[in-house]
Amino acid sequence: MTKQLTRDDLLKAYRTMRTIREFEERLHTDFATGEIPGFVHLYAGEEASATGVCMNLGPDDHIASTHRGHGHCIAKGVDPVGMMAEIWGRKTGTCKGKGGSMHIADLSVGMLGANGIVGGGGPLVCGTALAAKLRGQPLVSVCFFGDGASNQGTIFEAMNLAAVWKLPVIFLAENNGYAEATSSNFSVACANIADRASAFGMPGVTVDGFDFFAVYEAAGAAIERARQGGGPSLVEVKLSRYYGHFEGDQQTYRAPGEVQNIRETKDCLLQFARRVTSNGQIGQAELDAIDAEVKALIDASVVKAKSDPKPGEADLLTDVYVSY
Amino acid sequence: MARKITYQQAINEALDQEMSRDQNVIVMGEDVAGGAGSPGEQDAWGGVLGVTRGLYHKHPGRVIDTPISESGYVGAAVGAACCGMRPVAELMFVDFLGVCFDQIFNQAAKFRYMFGGKAETPVVIRAMYGAGFRAAAQHSQCLYNVFTHIPGLKVVVPSNPYDAKGLLIQSIRDNDPVIFLEHKALYTMEGEVPEESYTVPFGEAAVVREGHDITIVALGRMVQKAQEAAAELQKAGIHCEIIDPRTTSPLDTDTILESVEKTGRLIVVDESHPRCSMASDIAGLAAERAFASLKAPIRQITGPHAPVPFSDALEELYIPSAAKIVAAAKSLKEYR
Repeated sequence: MTKQLTRDDLLKAYRTMRTIREFEERLHTDFATGEIPGFVHLYAGEEASATGVCMNLGPDDHIASTHRGHGHCIAKGVDPVGMMAEIWGRKTGTCKGKGGSMHIADLSVGMLGANGIVGGGGPLVCGTALAAKLRGQPLVSVCFFGDGASNQGTIFEAMNLAAVWKLPVIFLAENNGYAEATSSNFSVACANIADRASAFGMPGVTVDGFDFFAVYEAAGAAIERARQGGGPSLVEVKLSRYYGHFEGDQQTYRAPGEVQNIRETKDCLLQFARRVTSNGQIGQAELDAIDAEVKALIDASVVKAKSDPKPGEADLLTDVYVSY
Repeated sequence: MARKITYQQAINEALDQEMSRDQNVIVMGEDVAGGAGSPGEQDAWGGVLGVTRGLYHKHPGRVIDTPISESGYVGAAVGAACCGMRPVAELMFVDFLGVCFDQIFNQAAKFRYMFGGKAETPVVIRAMYGAGFRAAAQHSQCLYNVFTHIPGLKVVVPSNPYDAKGLLIQSIRDNDPVIFLEHKALYTMEGEVPEESYTVPFGEAAVVREGHDITIVALGRMVQKAQEAAAELQKAGIHCEIIDPRTTSPLDTDTILESVEKTGRLIVVDESHPRCSMASDIAGLAAERAFASLKAPIRQITGPHAPVPFSDALEELYIPSAAKIVAAAKSLKEYR
């Protein structure tokens, strides 16, 4: 049974989702100025997924993420200030400016890394889960992957391996409808990604990814099952990204008004706020206070990132090996 | 007299001793035990050529058979290494890197750098390589150069049983990802190997034979070919120095350059294809950094730019021979 959410849990969940949203909206704005290097793939719109899953995890559980990884990082406990500096290419970043948006990792909080290779994380979580199983630790590993990665051989291999070894892994498919510009209606041969679970002898469930509570419950059940030695599960979360595949994507492949309609009718933060305020669990003023605190945090992270030093020549060749 | 065992036994012994020393060492791969889920014998094979035989019963739960899913289990080894295990994944034939390379070169090799020095990935990937078994184009390649190209990986190519044991123990204890490549024609080679545990450090070449006329740098099985050639050349009054780098990454450039500076002549013998090979790499090193010492052109003796053929008649032509080394050495000695 998934743990009952306390008032503190609800406030934490809201703060996490709001932090992700603010982080991503700010990157969207700042990227347009041309100051942020490289590619960024924004997670805005998908916050309920990372948050609903990671609220069921502890710091010693592991997650593997994707190229769209900022939300997973924040939800797993990576410091957003270090993340912002990383994305700005600063020496003070989470990865000293050597990884960037697509490679933010913090093993100290069980975050195995965003990943620039679609489907790269599936095999890795089989390893962290195997380690936990061999050591007799009740830890789980979650592989976040998208509808694009759902068609990668690595994910199929990992699902089979996790089932064969009966590993505590949750395959968490975030189906946002598009692999770059290709619709999952075209690229995924079955109606739901979760339908594939039965082929690997594991449970599969599809949930509404705009609803934090639905994700929290479904992921929580799968995680609890894995913790008890029940083996892997596949959870498909259907949601939407508010921005393009990468910043700069004009998204002409999407329907006119598609994102605006979702923002107005399904947005995870709106739904969450409406639910917890209408039933009296949380006051609107408390949510507003969180919004202000989060905005201040993200503002400060940008100010800091902009003024922090970039890595220098002395950093070019460090950390290739532990020893060489 | 010291104990003699085979290259294959040396590898098995290294795995056995390290598994006994450290509970975090696990072995995984296709049929590393053999028989998982079957009605008959468990540990039926102990690896496709029996290299891991016997470990399954000695180390319960830590010799793990896998489905034929190289990306899956190599990646699992990488993931397990990220949280403190010391997995030894067997890729069986190195040629199979084509179905799992991403997990090796984009994941394992890059974690430490991409993550700002916060990751350690102490994984070992063992694989057999090399021609001579009539195994044809997809089971006979020498791909150490491919791994050597990738920063973040260490690459080990032992040429004899002593080095195989010491280098494998070093590989398992090393905190970086290591590709450990075993030439399949060397598995039956016997040599003196201490019973106790020991390590051979990375990046330290072995001077297999001393001489003052010609430096021969040879890798893996090619060390034997170089020794045959050197014995032949000795009769003709040509004294060869043979250097076995033992690891291609890190590469002991100092020992190679010092020898070239002494002899003024260099032959590199590399079983792999010629382009972007260890032969061309080492030749380039000497050309750039020991040019003034050279008395003759550098010679590269490699396999041809062609897949490894099946027919024995062709495969014998493919593999660099002692005769080719002898001919090259004589031409260099006579060069003016």
